[in-house]
Amino acid sequence: MNELRDVSSLSERYDIVVVGAGPAGLAAATTSSELGASTLVLDENAGPGGQIYRAVTSTPVSAREILGEDYWRGAELATAFRASSSSYARGATVWSVGPALDESGCSEALEIGVSLGGSARLIQAREVILATGALERPFPIPGWTLPGVMTAGAAQIALKSSGLVPDGRVVVAGCGPLLYLLTEQLRAAGANIVALIETTPRTNWAQALRQFPDFVRSPYLTKGLKLLWGARRHLRIVSGATGLQASGDGRMTEVTFRLRGKEERLACDLLLLHQGVAPNINLSNATGCVHDWDDGQLAWIPRVDEWFLSTVPGVSIAGDGAGIGGAESAPLRGRMAAIAAATRLGLIGADERDRRATPVRAELSRALRGRLFLDALYQPAKEFRIPTEENVTVCRCEEVTAGQIRETVALGVVGPNQMKSFLRCGMGPCQGRLCGLTVTEMIAEARGVSPQEVGYYRLRPPVKPVTLAELAALPKTEAAMRAVVR
Amino acid sequence: MSTTRPDLIVIGGGIHGCSTALHCALRGLKVLLLEKDYVGRHSSGVNAGGVRQLARDVAEIPLSVYAMEFWHRIGELVDDDCGFTCDGQVLVAETQDEFKSFRSRVQELNGLGYRHEELIDAAELRRLVPAVAETCPGGIVSRRDGAADPFRTTQAFRRKAEKLGARVLEGVIVTDVTREGSTWTVRTSAGPFEAPMIVNAAGAWADRIAAMLGEPVPLEVIAPMLMITARVPAFIRPVVILRGRKLSFKQFANGTVLIGGGHLGRPVRDQNVTVLDWVKLAESAKTVWDVFPAMRATTILRAWAGIEARMPDDIPVFGKSSTADGAFHQFGFSAHGFQLGPGAGAVMAELVATGSTNMPIEAFRIERFRMEGTKTAGGAKESARQVLEG
Repeated sequence: MNELRDVSSLSERYDIVVVGAGPAGLAAATTSSELGASTLVLDENAGPGGQIYRAVTSTPVSAREILGEDYWRGAELATAFRASSSSYARGATVWSVGPALDESGCSEALEIGVSLGGSARLIQAREVILATGALERPFPIPGWTLPGVMTAGAAQIALKSSGLVPDGRVVVAGCGPLLYLLTEQLRAAGANIVALIETTPRTNWAQALRQFPDFVRSPYLTKGLKLLWGARRHLRIVSGATGLQASGDGRMTEVTFRLRGKEERLACDLLLLHQGVAPNINLSNATGCVHDWDDGQLAWIPRVDEWFLSTVPGVSIAGDGAGIGGAESAPLRGRMAAIAAATRLGLIGADERDRRATPVRAELSRALRGRLFLDALYQPAKEFRIPTEENVTVCRCEEVTAGQIRETVALGVVGPNQMKSFLRCGMGPCQGRLCGLTVTEMIAEARGVSPQEVGYYRLRPPVKPVTLAELAALPKTEAAMRAVVR
Repeated sequence: MSTTRPDLIVIGGGIHGCSTALHCALRGLKVLLLEKDYVGRHSSGVNAGGVRQLARDVAEIPLSVYAMEFWHRIGELVDDDCGFTCDGQVLVAETQDEFKSFRSRVQELNGLGYRHEELIDAAELRRLVPAVAETCPGGIVSRRDGAADPFRTTQAFRRKAEKLGARVLEGVIVTDVTREGSTWTVRTSAGPFEAPMIVNAAGAWADRIAAMLGEPVPLEVIAPMLMITARVPAFIRPVVILRGRKLSFKQFANGTVLIGGGHLGRPVRDQNVTVLDWVKLAESAKTVWDVFPAMRATTILRAWAGIEARMPDDIPVFGKSSTADGAFHQFGFSAHGFQLGPGAGAVMAELVATGSTNMPIEAFRIERFRMEGTKTAGGAKESARQVLEG
């Protein structure tokens, strides 16, 4: 691995550019450089690992049992990547991926806009593998914007990257397979978790049990039982909570919820919310890939073929960005995408591709076993996806409430794009990451149609903000770049 | 849903099609509007929203001045303020030479009887636009100009037209237009529709409709690009445009700043998509960097482009068809048609309803593009044109 620290040290062109250095990106890059492709990995974080293996090469949390054995498996992926011939830029923000323009029109190459160390640059690649992972699903309840409320994933970032453990009384609330893992990690690190409030609807079990035979044969069963067992031993767990709210005067001081019709209150200092993750599709959407609504995962999923190639030529999507598959499946998907990309580049033939892909595909199907059970069991309750109270904030950037969204639908607005110009909903710096799913589902419900019909925001690059100064100094050619850098 | 035959079929649900539909409905005509995507999907919904009489081609000024009157009472017309604000538009001179040419421009307009453009010195420029670079020697202001929300405006025209009885069908693609006797048949993806009159307001797709009428035009499909910044403290009220370098610059009430000016991306018309040209967007950013030093640390949140039609002489095609009675054109506004929309619809409605208008629109005749080889496009069409010209 060859680490690059500024935009001027990037090459003009690569065979394959991988966006993201989580498990999918690391495996994709390792495989593609093994197959002889000149490969560059661009990653926003300070080190490889993504979210699941965040800071795996640098975390100050050295006691292995705190983050769990699964976490440390990320180190193997990072080690293999370091041994590869890939180039790697950390702290690099990719803000655009699209067809490269030439004199006659759009060329076959892809153009990548990237910022690194305060400067921007356009580079080209023949293939791009997006491994941008997942985002925590929005959890729009009354009071979720108060100081003292954050996502469980954010607490996990602080723990993994800096060894920070929250002070005071912590309440964790929500659902999803990762909820117990995050809670257990925080507890093991010394956080005072006064309660875990489970919002999984009891009715989900009926749906989930249909997938149970598959789940029993999956690695999730033992892991899940171990986590549940540990949590039940150490924590106060409240199951089947509804009507969750955070309240307080200028700061969250109390969590309320209903349990079997009875209202309960819990005083606390920090509320951590989490109800599962959804693919982070901001870059794939802005790149023009087609996405479909998935009724099981309740999220937009890019349309990919069996090689994880999207509908945009040369753009593949690996890892959880191609639909939530979990940490085990991510590197396998990354390998598949890289093998196919190398084939399109002519580095290996179809026979070689199939020879390499067959065992990976078999492993992938094992790794994905049990997902349908988890998707069904942990499907978040409707009341926590589609806020019923009118004054709940939905779009945090532009401070748009659920009530405003419903009023605008009543005016005849049929989708999120049309809504933008009425409410600016989704037009802030997060580009819909915190409101997109909620807005789609709210409009669908109000119109009585499917989310697929309602659609999603047409996202626009830059997918992450770029400063005017960076853009103004964007070099046009090698010669112009030298003149600007001076 | 009315099944009675419309008096008029408008092809295209942009600001122009919707405005014509509204003004025709106001005159009591039964209107059917066909839109291939959804109303305001392309340039009418995603443009910079400039409401500008300033710096227009002289041929467009009468229509622009007329349209401005509608903007100043837009709420009465469409029951929505359309986000219209009137803080003027300022054309900034970057050099003394430019300033000199501005002086003769204003003198020329005054000679023609137009007073909306006013030459301003450096002091007045600084008063109107305090943030402008010290080096700019002056400019021209058009004080009644402003800006509006383009998508909201287009939707407001559509809603009001529907309220007055117009029928709007979205997702309906026109495949052919033919005429028999005095009846036009418009074949579409949703079946055929008939009416005695049709208006071609199909924007970047209007050349296809014109070709169906036997009068091809050299329409260029363009993709003007825009960028918007994160919120910054209020520092500028008027819309600012430059002449030498491409820039239009507007701060909204919410603090975000829209940067445009006509740098072009790459349109892919048949896929409804555009490809941004970051090298040219970087030029826009560089211009802002030079002219508004205070903006240098601002972040760019989004960039996009709309799909628009440009004519070789940068003025629209507006008026009667040259080949057949009962057909009209309203397209090719060449990236400055938004402001004209409310007025152009009224003029078109007059033309449709009465057959003539006092508005000077000769410069916009489709005949100016009559190309060799299309002259003899059938005897019937030829004689129809002679009648029109007579």
